[in-house]
Amino acid sequence: MKLLSRKATCNSHGQDSSYFLGWQEYEKNPYDVVQNPSGIIQMGLAENQLSFDLLESWLANNPDPAIFKRDGQSIFRELALFQDYHGLPAFKNALVEFMAEIRGNRVSFDPKKLVLTAGATSANETLMFCLAEPGEAFLLPTPYYPGFDRDLKWRTGVEIVPIHCSSTNSFRVTESALEEAYEAAKKRNLKVKGVLVTNPSNPLGTTLSLDELNLLVSFISLKNIHLISDEIYSGTVFSSPEFVSVMEILNKKKYSADVELWNRVHIVYSLSKDLGLPGFRVGAIYSNDEMVVSAATKMSSFGLVSSQTQYLLSAMLSDKKFTRNYISENQKRLKQRQEKLISGFRSAGISCLESNAGLFCWVDMRHLLSSNTFDAEMELWKKIVYDVGLNISPGSSCHCSEPGWFRVCFANMSAETLTLAIQRIKDFAELTVASSSRRSHQSMKNSRRRSLTKWVFRLSFDGREPDERIQLQIISY
Amino acid sequence: MAVEIEQPSVRLSRVAVSETHGEDSPYFAGWKAYDENPYDELSNPSGVIQMGLAENQVSFDLLEEYLEQHSEVASWGKKVSGFRENALFQDYHGLLSFRKAMASFMGEVREGRASFDPDRIVLTAGATAANELLTFILANPGDALLVPTPYYPGFDRDLRWRTGVKIVPIHCDSSNNFQVTAEALEAAYRSAEAMSVKVSAVLITNPSNPLGITIDRPVLDEILNFVGRKNIHLVSDEIYSGSVFSSGEFVSVAEVLQSRDFKDAERVHIVYSLSKDLGLPGFRVGTIYSYNDAVVNTARRMSSFTLISSQTQQLLAAMLSDDEFTKNYVRTNRERLRKRYEKIILGLRNGGIECLKGNAGLFCWMNLKPLLENATRESELKLWKSILNEAKLNISPGSSCHCSEPGWFRVCFANMSEKTLEVALKRIHNLMENTKISLHNVISF
Repeated sequence: MKLLSRKATCNSHGQDSSYFLGWQEYEKNPYDVVQNPSGIIQMGLAENQLSFDLLESWLANNPDPAIFKRDGQSIFRELALFQDYHGLPAFKNALVEFMAEIRGNRVSFDPKKLVLTAGATSANETLMFCLAEPGEAFLLPTPYYPGFDRDLKWRTGVEIVPIHCSSTNSFRVTESALEEAYEAAKKRNLKVKGVLVTNPSNPLGTTLSLDELNLLVSFISLKNIHLISDEIYSGTVFSSPEFVSVMEILNKKKYSADVELWNRVHIVYSLSKDLGLPGFRVGAIYSNDEMVVSAATKMSSFGLVSSQTQYLLSAMLSDKKFTRNYISENQKRLKQRQEKLISGFRSAGISCLESNAGLFCWVDMRHLLSSNTFDAEMELWKKIVYDVGLNISPGSSCHCSEPGWFRVCFANMSAETLTLAIQRIKDFAELTVASSSRRSHQSMKNSRRRSLTKWVFRLSFDGREPDERIQLQIISY
Repeated sequence: MAVEIEQPSVRLSRVAVSETHGEDSPYFAGWKAYDENPYDELSNPSGVIQMGLAENQVSFDLLEEYLEQHSEVASWGKKVSGFRENALFQDYHGLLSFRKAMASFMGEVREGRASFDPDRIVLTAGATAANELLTFILANPGDALLVPTPYYPGFDRDLRWRTGVKIVPIHCDSSNNFQVTAEALEAAYRSAEAMSVKVSAVLITNPSNPLGITIDRPVLDEILNFVGRKNIHLVSDEIYSGSVFSSGEFVSVAEVLQSRDFKDAERVHIVYSLSKDLGLPGFRVGTIYSYNDAVVNTARRMSSFTLISSQTQQLLAAMLSDDEFTKNYVRTNRERLRKRYEKIILGLRNGGIECLKGNAGLFCWMNLKPLLENATRESELKLWKSILNEAKLNISPGSSCHCSEPGWFRVCFANMSEKTLEVALKRIHNLMENTKISLHNVISF
């Protein structure tokens, strides 16, 4: 047999997780208002579909960049040949200004410290290659984006050690949790190279507080390690507290002269969430460390952004009138949607973690669990996928240490679809509450367990690769 | 903010600080010299002419004409949902219409002698990414790929840097026009064994960069038999397959497999790209075509790190689905490259310089052995420097391509206008004249 590498045959790509079952079921039976009104509604996909009209109208008013024209002249040849891994200067300039604008211009970014990559997926992996050896570790607060298991570990050989966060303090990062994680890594003989946080958080939808940011910076300062702040949702902050980037903490007097500390803080950004353009593969690494910028720039050869796309977006993001309006209008709409979801779920007796950002809510369904276990969480999740017809993401897929939490997306569908989803969950919650008070509760649980068992049995002995049943496979969740 | 770093207190990874990216080699020093003093017909007629960049600029007008006539393919058409759908599309299977168009274009480039299944095509951001990705999949850190010399300098980075995989050379020389031989294959394999290094695959570039020649069919058979005997993989980088000067001269490994009824095909993988044939390196379009299901599935998942912009996929899907356009493009591009090649060969011959008889690519493999002081790498580099400094031409020394025979140089001819090529040829003539004079006067340069 012609052997493949260990990387090819291992499971670190993470795609055998139960998480993908929801995807499969959605693909088999996708909701459509006309063609399939009883189908499964996709609420597991963190896409921003609320502001496309703003992009479309800009494109309609500015047709030239898409057809390779600048000032009426064709620059097709220039763009077709442009493969410089330093990136199109006009695009990097526009991008750093956009990043600054999102942060209320409280920080500014130097385009020379920005490295373009084919999406944040590539940016995160590249940073791992630059900062850590195989077998070394990064600490990540839980719950975290399921894709990190692949992006940070698969080809790099780097390990993730969780910083456990709990609902007792709204999943905030604490000093003791950081220390515990650090010790846990030590016990496993893993050298810790840094901490990676997502701010705003996926899946929590919250921004890191000033306390947390200060804690993180002082922790990495003390331990002499790196901090990566994945800020890909920074443009989705729709209510207070305002977004505070880790760069703002470094600007403070305390740290402003600590050059070595500055060199250990790196930001990841992307246009996939804020601008809703995941297909265009636009990501970036921002670092104050020249060596990191230099190494990452060379590595970006393996995942450059199409010059066609760089040019289009340089024109769009250079239009300050457009960006100003987009940022504020997009935030308004996200806020509206989030409130709709929150109030809808509340009327079903389901509460959400208080959040101010993101394209999703972190929903508390612990009271609907049959027991405080992850098995019960899976049981509940399958019910919600099959019986309720909503594909939502179970907390266990995000490595949450507490069962019963789910990530529910609200920006990847129409308002009407969200209304329907809310109705379905209401009906389900009422049924669950009602049935739990009936004497037949136990026998219903038994019959559900039997049918669940049959279903699980069918899946595991189907003999076919899970992959074959997935028609569409996307890379970000 | 000025930053003074003596020694980073938190080490970056070994990969980050290593020199395996290869960018300190002379190959790149020539680039620098060009960047600092680039030739321009009007504004800098005495500047350095870039002949070290394998770009195809001879057929842009065909692409521009297509875009003029079909501007809607770049603008998402009249459909309201066109933009939205495209912007959201991040499926690592890639746009089906684009994969179909690529499969058909690859078949067309091979003049119908091989056909490709769109479901075996994995898309990556350029062949650079495709080659690295395949290496991650086929080899473990510490394993080796056997690569015939001379080879594309970028392989040192693409195949080795982040993967930790080694390259063991299959030495080729001018005694048989640099063709791979059975003996050379075995010798390379043995030398890997001697280093206790496991060989995972043979990687060939066909047509060859930097040689500019297609691999003979018997040699392809030999290589296929070799990888079969050793139970290893074969990667065939065919990114110059559309740049063959005459019809019928290119034999793809796909054709050979077809003639063998695809027996033992699961060890073969093809890399392709639109950077050379279509002259679109900026758009980052590469593909892996594998006859091995496990490789296709794994490569697809790994391509998450290097997807092609959906905006670009959409544009090229339309362009490459246009049979009239592609047929005309392939034929016209081929003719123009041949004409350029003939021009440079004639020009060099008139200056007393011979090249390897080439039939493909965007460059020729020039023989300057007669001008070397000694048959050494040092003499070659000395000659290269003097060509750069005196004739102001940036060409690529064979040593940067790991050629084991000093004195050969790769000279690109498709990345400039005809006029510029004429200027370059004139400079070479002058250099040769001066060399004759100085050799006559027993003065070495």
